Amino acid sequence: MTAPRLRSRKLDVKNGRVDLSHGSGGRAMAQLIADIFHDSFANDLLAQGNDQAVFDIPAGRMAMTTDGYVVSPLFFPGGDIGSLAVHGTVNDLAMSGAKPLYLSASFILEEGFPLADLQRIARSMGAAAREAGVKIVTGDTKVVERGKADGVFISTAGVGLVPDGVELSGDRARPGDAILVSGTLGDHGVAIMSSRENLQFETQIVSDSAALHGLTGAMVAACGNDLRLMRDPTRGGLAATLNEIAHQSGVGIRIEEDALPIRPEVAAACELLGLDPLFVANEGKLVAFSSPEAAEKLLSVMHSHPLGRDAALIGHVVADENHFVQMTTSFGGGRIVDWLSGEQLPRIC
Amino acid sequence: MKYVDEYRDGRLARALAKKIALAAQPDKSYRFMEFCGGHTHAIARYGLEDLLPANIRLIHGPGCPVCVLPIGRMDDAIKLAQRPGITLCTYADLMRVPGSDGQSLIKAKAAGADVRMVYSTLDALRIAQEEPRRQVVFFAIGFETTTPPTAMALIEAQKLGLKNFFAFCNHVLTPAAIQALVGSPESAASVPIDGFVGPAHVSTVIGTKPYHAFAENYRKAVVIAGFEPLDVMQAVLMLVRQINEGRHEVENEYIRAVTVDGNRKAQDFVARVFEVRDSFEWRGLGQVPFSALKLREEFAAFDAEKVFDIHTVAAKDNPACECGEILRGVKKPVDCKLFGTLCTPETPMGSCMVSSEGSCAAHWTYGRFRDAAPKQRQAS
Repeated sequence: MTAPRLRSRKLDVKNGRVDLSHGSGGRAMAQLIADIFHDSFANDLLAQGNDQAVFDIPAGRMAMTTDGYVVSPLFFPGGDIGSLAVHGTVNDLAMSGAKPLYLSASFILEEGFPLADLQRIARSMGAAAREAGVKIVTGDTKVVERGKADGVFISTAGVGLVPDGVELSGDRARPGDAILVSGTLGDHGVAIMSSRENLQFETQIVSDSAALHGLTGAMVAACGNDLRLMRDPTRGGLAATLNEIAHQSGVGIRIEEDALPIRPEVAAACELLGLDPLFVANEGKLVAFSSPEAAEKLLSVMHSHPLGRDAALIGHVVADENHFVQMTTSFGGGRIVDWLSGEQLPRIC
Repeated sequence: MKYVDEYRDGRLARALAKKIALAAQPDKSYRFMEFCGGHTHAIARYGLEDLLPANIRLIHGPGCPVCVLPIGRMDDAIKLAQRPGITLCTYADLMRVPGSDGQSLIKAKAAGADVRMVYSTLDALRIAQEEPRRQVVFFAIGFETTTPPTAMALIEAQKLGLKNFFAFCNHVLTPAAIQALVGSPESAASVPIDGFVGPAHVSTVIGTKPYHAFAENYRKAVVIAGFEPLDVMQAVLMLVRQINEGRHEVENEYIRAVTVDGNRKAQDFVARVFEVRDSFEWRGLGQVPFSALKLREEFAAFDAEKVFDIHTVAAKDNPACECGEILRGVKKPVDCKLFGTLCTPETPMGSCMVSSEGSCAAHWTYGRFRDAAPKQRQAS
C-alpha cells in the first residue's frame, strides 16, 4: 500500500484573504511565500530557500540602507507600495553613487488583506526589481490581527557597490557650487493626494516613482568628484533636502523661484490644497550639487537621460553662517525656504 | 495656471513697485495694516516688503482664525475630544495648537481620543451619518468665509434629523475686530494706522457695505484686496493715493469677486442658524464686544456648548508674549524675547506663531533673514 500523497490545496489568490495562519510558520505560510513571493521575485539566491542570502562581493566599498513603506492608498496613479519600496531603496543607495545589487523585503500583513492585492504588490515589486537590475534575495512575512495594521507595510534593506574614488556626501557643498534638480517637483505627493478617498479630483498627475541609479551612474561617470553630492528629495520635498544640506555642509543656499521646474497641473493642485510644491514629496527625482565648472556638463548629461529630461539649474551655494536657504521669488523679493513645520501630507511613502 | 498666473506676474509687480515708489511722498510715512492672514502670507511668501519703499510699513493684523482662537476654547475642544463616545472633527491647522497645559489635539489623539482631520463640514456630517453611535462634534472656527458652510451643515443635519451631529462654534466677525483695533483704549497707545488692506474672501460674503461706517467714523482708508500678490501691491498703491489726497474711503480692488452687498444667500443661511454673542475673547486682543457668533435657540440640540455643558475658563498667554503689541503694530516679532528662542512654529507660545498665517510665523518662516539674526535664533 502506498502512502497517500500529500496534496495541498492551491492558494486561492483570487478570493482568498490573509489569515493568521499565513504568519504562523506552518504550511500555509510556506505556501504563501512560495506562491506569491518566490513566484514574483524569482531569482537564484532567493530560490535557495535559506533564511539568509549568501553572495560574493568584490573588493571595495559598499553602501547599505534601510527603509519602511506605509503609503496610503496602497495603489496610486503611477505605482503602488511594491514598486515604491524598490525604487525608494534603490534610490537611497544610488545617491551615494553606488550600483545597487541586492534588496531584502519584510512584509507586515493585516489579517483579512486580499491575497489578490498582495500578489499584485509582489508582482509589481518583482517587475520593478528586474527593471532596476537588482534582486530581492531574502525576506520575511508576519501577520497581525485585523485592525493592528493597515493592509500591508513593507520594510526593506539594500546593499550596493560604490565605485572606486567616488566620495559623495552631504557635507561636501561649498560656496559657489551649483544646485541642480533632475526634473519636475511635487508629482508624487500630489498623485497620492489625488487618489485619497476624501480628496478626489480629476487629474492626470502620476507619481514620478522611478529607480534613479541609471541617471546617477551617468552623472558620476561624467563628472567624478566635481559632483559633490546627490540626494533624493522625498518627504519634506526640496525644501527639507536643501535645509539638510545647508546644515550638514555649514553653508547657505540661494535658489531662484523662476528656475524651479513644476508642472502646471501640480502647481494647480497645490494651489487648491493649500500646499507648497517645495514641500511636496518626490520619489523619482534627485538634487545634485556640483562644482561651478562642472555644472553645465552635468546638466547636459542629465538632459540626455530619460529621467533627467527636465533637469534644471536652480541655484547656488553661498557662505552664510546662519545656514539659511533663501529664494528670490518670481517677484524679485526674497524669502526663506524653511523646513516643513508639522506634517503636510501624512503617509505618502 | 490660468486665472492665477495673471496675478503673480513678476514684470507687472516690478512696474507696480515703480508706481508705488513714485506715488509715495518721501517726507511722509505710510502705515497700512493688512487684516487677513491670507494677505500676510502673500506678502511674506512673495517677499513684497522688498519691493516697497522704506517709508511704507505693513503691519500684520489679527485676521488668522487659528491665531485668535483663545487658549480656553482650545482647552474645551481637547477636553471634548477626550470624552468617551465623542468624535471631534477638526481642520488640520488646529491639531498642533497647544492648550494651557501643553496638551493638544494631536497629543490627545495619540492618547486614544477620536480626533479626525476633515477638509470640510460635509466630511464631518458624513461621519455622523455613517457612524450613528458616535457623537460627532465639528470644531467650527473661522471668519465670515467659513461660517456659511457650518450653517449649511447644521441646516442639513436638522433636515436629516441627525441626533449625533454637533457644532462647537467659534466663528468670529471681522468688522468688529477691525473696529476694536482702532477704537479700543489700547489703540490710543498704538502706532497710528493710516489705512487697511481689507479682507478678500470675507468680503466676498459680507460685501463692501460693512466697512463704510468704519472708514467714515475713524477716518481710515480701506482698500478691499484679493489674496494674490499683485492684488496686494495694487491695494498699497490705492491706499497711498488715498492718503496723499486726504481721502478715507472704502475702495474695492477685488471687483472680480467682491460686490457691494456680498453673497446674500450665504448671509441668509448664517442668519438662520447663528446670532451675535455679546462678547468673545480674541487671543491677543482680549474681549471684543459683538465680535462672534453662537447657535440660535432653534439649533440648541446641535450646539456642543449646550449639549456637553461647556463653560470656558480663560487661560492666559505666557506673560513675556508680545502678541497683543505685535498685532497692534506697536512691536515687531523680533522685539519679542520669545521670538525664535522659545517660540517657533514647532513650539508656538503665542497666537502670532500658531498658524502659518500669523505675523510671527510668517516672519520666522519667510523673512527672518532680514533680521541681524543672532546665533541662538537659528532653527535647531
